[in-house]
Amino acid sequence: MNRNLLAWATCATMLLSLYAIFMYAPTELTMGAVQRIFYFHFASHWVNFLAIFCVFIYSVRFLIKRDRELDIKASSAAEVGLLFATIGLLTGMFWAKPVWGIWWTWDPRLTSFFVLWLIYWGYLMLRRLVESPEQRARLSAVFGVLGAVDVPIIYVSNRVWRTQHPQPVIGGGEGSGLDPRMGWVVALSFLAFTLLYFYLWKMRQDLERAQETVESLTRQSQFKGFA
Amino acid sequence: MTFFKQAGAIFWKDVLTEFRTKDAVTSMLLFGLLVILMFHFAFEPDSMETARFGPGLLWMTFLFAGLLGMNRAFAGERENDGLQGLKLAPISSGAIYLGKMIANLCFMLLVEAVILFCFAFFFNFNLLPRLGWMCGITLLGTLGFASIGTILAAVSMNTRMSDVMLPILLLPIALPVVIGAVESTAAIFTDPPGEALGFWVKFLVAFNIIFITLPLMMFEYVLEE
Repeated sequence: MNRNLLAWATCATMLLSLYAIFMYAPTELTMGAVQRIFYFHFASHWVNFLAIFCVFIYSVRFLIKRDRELDIKASSAAEVGLLFATIGLLTGMFWAKPVWGIWWTWDPRLTSFFVLWLIYWGYLMLRRLVESPEQRARLSAVFGVLGAVDVPIIYVSNRVWRTQHPQPVIGGGEGSGLDPRMGWVVALSFLAFTLLYFYLWKMRQDLERAQETVESLTRQSQFKGFA
Repeated sequence: MTFFKQAGAIFWKDVLTEFRTKDAVTSMLLFGLLVILMFHFAFEPDSMETARFGPGLLWMTFLFAGLLGMNRAFAGERENDGLQGLKLAPISSGAIYLGKMIANLCFMLLVEAVILFCFAFFFNFNLLPRLGWMCGITLLGTLGFASIGTILAAVSMNTRMSDVMLPILLLPIALPVVIGAVESTAAIFTDPPGEALGFWVKFLVAFNIIFITLPLMMFEYVLEE
């Protein structure tokens, strides 16, 4: 999609969903207004999944095709993914404090997202610490694939691990039956966050390409200086 | 040479080098003993507490000792450009992976056997009735950790801070192994073995199948130049 069009679409849906979240969505019965954070929380974790999925797909494709473009796509997705994973974790904590009375609990979902967050960090650290661009792309693609494959396994292991023990806090999710208006707002915030993700992802890719051009120009000018 | 003979050759080379220097195994072993010593002073556990914290303690020790060994696995190859030789040799990269992985596995198992013995000895813990299960679980858990650790050690070898990078990459990915191994060990540490045992053993087997196959396929990308 054209970048400007994407920017405007993101902006419009974002504003619309903000309005919907604060004005249209009904106030939740037991949790009150704080429940509205759910729309941000849920949507950013959805984007988080989308991002790790993109990392996986583009890492695999990179290993097969060895196209620099694919590496840029994978690494940009990881960076944007880390951003949304952080937003997801933070909004979760802000929501948990008033509703559950604690900032954090080792619930399977929380733990899995925390580990995913750590995997994103590892991936980005790895990229920073490898010197040659070709090697960086290759090694991080390998780690990207391993990390992405691990995510569902981590979730399963956490889930079973937790059900073996009594839970101190039971998840305060939306439970059964969502108000249809809430359903619409969720759908809208999903759309808004997805568009935002694609926009940021595209921006990050452009930045990476620009950086590469600058690097090669710098090298050229240095070379001329020597000659 | 068939694939398994190639892997065997790599394995034997690693075992021989280790036998001559004894660097990795000695450092892992000492580290393990130190953790047991620290554990005693940090918690002064009675026999109930030993059964309660033992599984976690044992696996923490195994994993961190394993990390020490795994860091050595490729560091030696880098020092004398041995990796270049490995790459030039007419063998498949999968065989290099398998050989290295089994070598790591054996070093870890050797160290773990001693640590287990010391654990039982120092904390008066009767391991004998559970020995069969304990061996099986140790084998499965260590296999999972070594299989993913070997490929990530090869990845982190190429970074500027390889010693720090390995745990950062490996521990989040190895989390399911940690959970599986600790939970199944905890299940056999209670007197009638816990009913979760069956699930966790199957889980470890499944994890191993995935994380041996995947690195076997991807190891060539790590070695390439």
